[in-house]
Amino acid sequence: MSADHSNNNVEWPLWEVFYQPGNGKPFEHAGSVHAPDAEMALQNARDTYARRNEGIAIWVVPSSQITASTPEDVGPFFDPANDKAYRHPQFYSTPRAVKKRT
Amino acid sequence: MNTNQNIPKAKKELVVEILLRLADDRLIHGHRLSEWAGHGPELEEDLALANVALDMIGHAAALYKYAAEIEGKPDEDHYAYFRDDIDFKNVAMVELPKGDFAFTIARQFLFSAYSYFLYEKLIETVGDEQFNGMLQKHFKEIKYHFRHSREWVFRLGDGTEESHERIQHAFDEIWMYTGELFSLDDAERTAIDKNLFVDISELKEPWLALVKDTLEEATLTLPDDDQYMFSGSRQGKHTEHLGHLLAQMQFLRRSYPDAEWK
Repeated sequence: MSADHSNNNVEWPLWEVFYQPGNGKPFEHAGSVHAPDAEMALQNARDTYARRNEGIAIWVVPSSQITASTPEDVGPFFDPANDKAYRHPQFYSTPRAVKKRT
Repeated sequence: MNTNQNIPKAKKELVVEILLRLADDRLIHGHRLSEWAGHGPELEEDLALANVALDMIGHAAALYKYAAEIEGKPDEDHYAYFRDDIDFKNVAMVELPKGDFAFTIARQFLFSAYSYFLYEKLIETVGDEQFNGMLQKHFKEIKYHFRHSREWVFRLGDGTEESHERIQHAFDEIWMYTGELFSLDDAERTAIDKNLFVDISELKEPWLALVKDTLEEATLTLPDDDQYMFSGSRQGKHTEHLGHLLAQMQFLRRSYPDAEWK
């Protein structure tokens, strides 16, 4: 046992795992794993999330590198869309000429 | 379907012998890895070791099943549960107690590298379609076992003082069990003539080169290859550890032979 044994109790950093379900499909978030570095994160992601044919490619990203919105952002970020129907394409009726053509 | 009606008896025995040698290595190694379940150093590594264990036990089950078809035995369980240690043909390396994590990784790395070269050659050689199909399927998983254990050798070797010491010690301990991997016996020589096996003594050179490169990169010292080497396991002369392993593995099935999963 070495003197710096207590170092062993430091938890490995967290990585977010994304997998691609098929060719041309967008990557989806699968969950997260702990790993000492990128290669091991990739292997741990494979062992944790890709054992049952879930996908054809994996991304791992250090969780610390992700910038996320906070709960306080909910109002300013997402409210504006709620009461301004004209922001949605459905607000506008299709011109008669276009309808005829389809 | 049993497609083996036309194989002559002597050849049947030889195919079974080769199948069992491959399968026993994998079952016993897989069992040792399964002992880590719930005891892995980290949750993720616990899963990884259990995955490798399941892969290896799966390889063994497929090989046993084919042997059972050829020999007309009821199923693969016959080989796993109803043989004694003297009947097992695995190399001693895989029956050694799991040790610490460094030991488990060192063994996995040495054995997976050996399996890599062995399967690569077997796939080129074996004419039996069903046998070859299994080898190809298992080869993909062996590549992953190799990759996973090799990455750990780098990290433990070139990690902390303690991890370096532990994995160096593990390689030094295991080395006397590596000689068996590459020594041919009469059964294997006959099998080579019938395109059922390959000259494993030729695999030593590429294996040693790969191990040497990996250990160097991991700042580890390659153990002295010119040392006493354990031998005889393939012929049933095992270490005292196999009997204990089998006692645990076979107890339930032998005590309750008709027990079923419900």
